[in-house]
Amino acid sequence: MVNIEIDGKKIHAREGSMVIEAADDAGINIPRFCYHKKLSIAANCRMCLVEVEKAAKPLPACATPVTDGMKVFTRSAKAVAAQKGVMEFLLINHPLDCPICDQGGECELQDVALTYGSDVSKYSESKRVLPSKDFGPLIGGDMTRCIHCTRCVRFGIEIAGVYELGTIGRGEHMEIGTFVQHSLSSELSGNIIDLCPVGALTSKPFRYVARAWELVQRDSVAPHDCVGSNIHVHVKGDRVVRVVPRENEEINETWLSDRDRFSYEGLNSADRVQVPMIKVEGEWQETDWETALHRAVDGLKQVGSDDIGALASPLSTLEELYLLQKLMREIGCGNIDHRLKQTDFSDQQEAPAFPWLGQAIGDLEGNDAVLLIGADLCKDQPIIGHRLRKAALSGGRISSVNPADFSYHFPRLASRVASNMLAELVAIAQALLDETGKAAPEEFATLSKAVEVTDAQKQIAESLLKGQSSSVLMGEAAINDAQFSAIRSIATLIAELSDSRPGYLPAGGNGAGAWQAGALPHRKAGGRPASVNGKNVAQMLQSEMKAYLLLNTEPEVDCADTDAARKAMQKAQFVVSLSPYASEAVMAYADVILPVSPFTETSGTFVNVEGRWQSFEGVVPPLGESRPAWKVLRVLGNLFNCDGFDFVESSEVLAEISTAAGDMGRDNSISWRCPASLGSASEYRAAADYAGDGIVRRAESLQAVAQSRV
Amino acid sequence: MNTISNYIKSLFLIELMKGLMLTGRYLFKRKITVQYPEEKTPMSPRFRGLHAQRRYANGEERCIACKLCEAVCPALAITIDMEEREDGSRRTTRYDIDLTKCIFCGFCEESCPVDAIVETRHYEYHGEVREDLYMTKEKLLAHGDKFEKQIAADRAADAKYR
Repeated sequence: MVNIEIDGKKIHAREGSMVIEAADDAGINIPRFCYHKKLSIAANCRMCLVEVEKAAKPLPACATPVTDGMKVFTRSAKAVAAQKGVMEFLLINHPLDCPICDQGGECELQDVALTYGSDVSKYSESKRVLPSKDFGPLIGGDMTRCIHCTRCVRFGIEIAGVYELGTIGRGEHMEIGTFVQHSLSSELSGNIIDLCPVGALTSKPFRYVARAWELVQRDSVAPHDCVGSNIHVHVKGDRVVRVVPRENEEINETWLSDRDRFSYEGLNSADRVQVPMIKVEGEWQETDWETALHRAVDGLKQVGSDDIGALASPLSTLEELYLLQKLMREIGCGNIDHRLKQTDFSDQQEAPAFPWLGQAIGDLEGNDAVLLIGADLCKDQPIIGHRLRKAALSGGRISSVNPADFSYHFPRLASRVASNMLAELVAIAQALLDETGKAAPEEFATLSKAVEVTDAQKQIAESLLKGQSSSVLMGEAAINDAQFSAIRSIATLIAELSDSRPGYLPAGGNGAGAWQAGALPHRKAGGRPASVNGKNVAQMLQSEMKAYLLLNTEPEVDCADTDAARKAMQKAQFVVSLSPYASEAVMAYADVILPVSPFTETSGTFVNVEGRWQSFEGVVPPLGESRPAWKVLRVLGNLFNCDGFDFVESSEVLAEISTAAGDMGRDNSISWRCPASLGSASEYRAAADYAGDGIVRRAESLQAVAQSRV
Repeated sequence: MNTISNYIKSLFLIELMKGLMLTGRYLFKRKITVQYPEEKTPMSPRFRGLHAQRRYANGEERCIACKLCEAVCPALAITIDMEEREDGSRRTTRYDIDLTKCIFCGFCEESCPVDAIVETRHYEYHGEVREDLYMTKEKLLAHGDKFEKQIAADRAADAKYR
C-alpha cells in the first residue's frame, strides 16, 4: 500500500494501481471516457487529465501509477483547464443531435459536457460526418457520434475474444468499424452498447422506444442459461423495454450475454396468451379462470393418475417446479421430468444430487487445466466461456472433446472432434492410467482395449495431471448425448485420476433448481428417492400417455425427439398447457391453455449452476388475465383436494423447498460403473441458434441474428 | 391614547371616507375597460395561447420526438409515443396535449430544440366535451398549418431575445 493524497484527501492505494482507481475507491470523481475498469488502459481520450505535484504537465489519471507521497489535484485550475480543453476538442466533431440520440439522458459525454463543456463552440468549420454502419440486427452504429475511446475495440480483443471491431485511419480520419462489413458474431456483443460512452453504438431493438428518464429499473435474474446472470430490467409503463446487466462480480461481472439481453422481445410477443382458453368440440373459446381450471381438473381426473405425464421446462422457477411435482405426486403420479433434451437416463439413480459446476463460477478463472466435454460455451453459456477465456489467457490449458467443431474464443491445448466422445474419453482415461500408474477400475481394461491412445490424448491427460487446479466439465452436448451415462462415468473417472473437479453445465436457467425441487421421475425435492419411480421424458413420449400437463414447454420443439413429442401430443386424449405462449402447434393439440407469467411477471427463484439460490420479484404485472404459474398450480392443488397447497405468498413455497432441499450436498462424485461398450458414433445434430426456449424463440432480433448465421 | 384615537377615527368615519375618496378618484379617471369581443387588448408575440405544431417549409413536420417537452411539462399534460419511421427518422406516433391539465407555462416551447411545439396567440377556443380539449397530433399540426404565418412572424419578432 502506498499513501497518496487526492484533492487533499489522504488515501491508501494499492501499489501499482492507477490514480483513477484510487480516486474511484475514495469516491472522488474524475471524468473519463476511454477508461473502463474491466478493460486495458488506452489513455487516448485524455479526459482524465489531473494535476500532479511536481509534474510539469497534467497527467492522465488512468495511466499514472500511484507513488508514495504523490499529491494529485483533480479540481485545481490547471487540471480543470486541461479537462475543459479536452472536452472542447471532443465536442468539435460530435454532432449536436442529442434530441434524436437514444443515448440522450444516459450519455457520459452529455454528463461530462454539462460540467466541463462550454456553452458556445468556438469551432465554425465543417464537422466530420460518417455514414451509419450496419453491425447486424442487435447493434446500431451511428459512427458520426463516435469519440474514438476504443472501448468497443478493446472489448472485442480482450473480453469477447473476437477481433471484429478495429480502427482505420488517424486523426480526423479515424474510424471504428469491421473493415469488411459484417454482423458482429460474438455472443457478448451487446455489451459494447453499455460500454460506448456516447450514442455511437446503441441497441437496435430499443431504437426510439423510450427515453432513459421514462424507465423504471428493477432487478431480476436472467433465465436462459445456468449462469443466472443478474440483470436490471427497464420497464416503461407495464412493458419491459430493455435489459441491462446488473453488476455481480461473482457471477456475470459487468457483462451479459446477448441472449439474456435481447430475449425480452419475446415477452412482448404477439403469441402471448392473455386469457384462459378451453377447446370445446374442437373450437377454442376464451373463458374465465374458474371454468378453465375446472375443465383442466376434470379432464385430468378422467384419465388414471398413471396416465398423466408432466413436462416442465428448466426455465421455470424453483417454486413452479416444486409445486408441479408436489401436485403430481399428491395425485399419485410420478411421471414428471424437466430433462427435455436428455436422451440417456440409465444412471439417473446414481446421479449426483444436482448438476453442479463443481466450483464457484468465479473460481473458473483460477483453473490451470480444464477438459471440456461437449460444451459449446460460446452458444450455451457465454459467461462461463468468458471466465474460461480468462483462465486460458492467464496460462490455463484448456482442451475440448466435442461431437462437432464448436467455435471457442480462446486458445486451446487440444481440440478433439469425435463423433463418439466416449471412445475419446476412454483414451484420455487410459492415458491418465498409463501416466499415473494407478490401477484401472474393474472392467475398464476390456473397454480401453479397443481404443488407441494418441499424443493428443496424452497431452490432455498430462495437462490435467500437472494442473494444480483442474476441472472436467460436461456441457449440454454431453448431457444430451445418447451415451451420457457412460460419458459421465468416464469423465468422473478422468477427474478422479487427475485430481480434477467434475462439473456440469446443464441447460436452462434453473437446471440445477429443477433437481433440487424434485422435478424428476425418480427423486423428490431435496433429492430424496421417490416412492414411485415415474417415467422420464423419453418414456413419457414413447409410451404415449393419455394426458399431459405442460409447464412453460412446447414439447414439439423443446424435446430431444421432436417427432415423438409431436405425435404423443397429438395422440393424447387431454393436454393442459401452462405457458405464456400458444403457438399454432399448441393450439392444435392442447385442450386447455392456462396463460401463466414468464419470469418478469412472477416472483420466484432460480438456482444457478454453482448452487446459488437467487430470488427475484416480478418486475411488471402479469399481462392480461395471465397469472403466475405457482398460483395456478396452487389452485390446481386445491381443486384436486390435495393437502398442503395453502400458500399465500411465493416465499412460503420457497420456505417449504428450502426445508426440503436447503442442505443438499454439493458432490459430483459417483460410484464407478463401467460402461458396457464403447457404443457407436452418433451423428450430432446441432440445435439452431437462439432456439433454446419459448421466450428466446419469440425474440425477433435474436431470431434475425440466428437467421443471418444460417 | 390608542383607545382615544381609535374612538375618534370610528366616530368621524375617517376610514370610510378614505375608501370613498379612492373610488371617487377613479370615477373621473380615463377608463381602460375593453369591450370584448368587439375590442381586444394588444398582445405580445410571446403570448402563450393554444398550442400548435409546426412544419418546415417543405411540409415535413418539425417534431423529432425527443420528449423534452414531455419531460419538462410540470402538469404532465403531454403524452408522446415514438417510433422509427420507414425512412429511419425519429418521429412521434402520438403527440397529445391535455388542455384540461395544461397550465400554459410555455416550458414545452422553451425546451423544444427544433421549435416544433409552440404556443400561439390563439386563445379563443372552447370544448363541449372533454375530447375537444384533448389536442392530438393531427389537431396540433392542423392548427400550426392554419396560423403558420403569424407563428413565424412572432418567433421572428422575439428572436433576438431568445
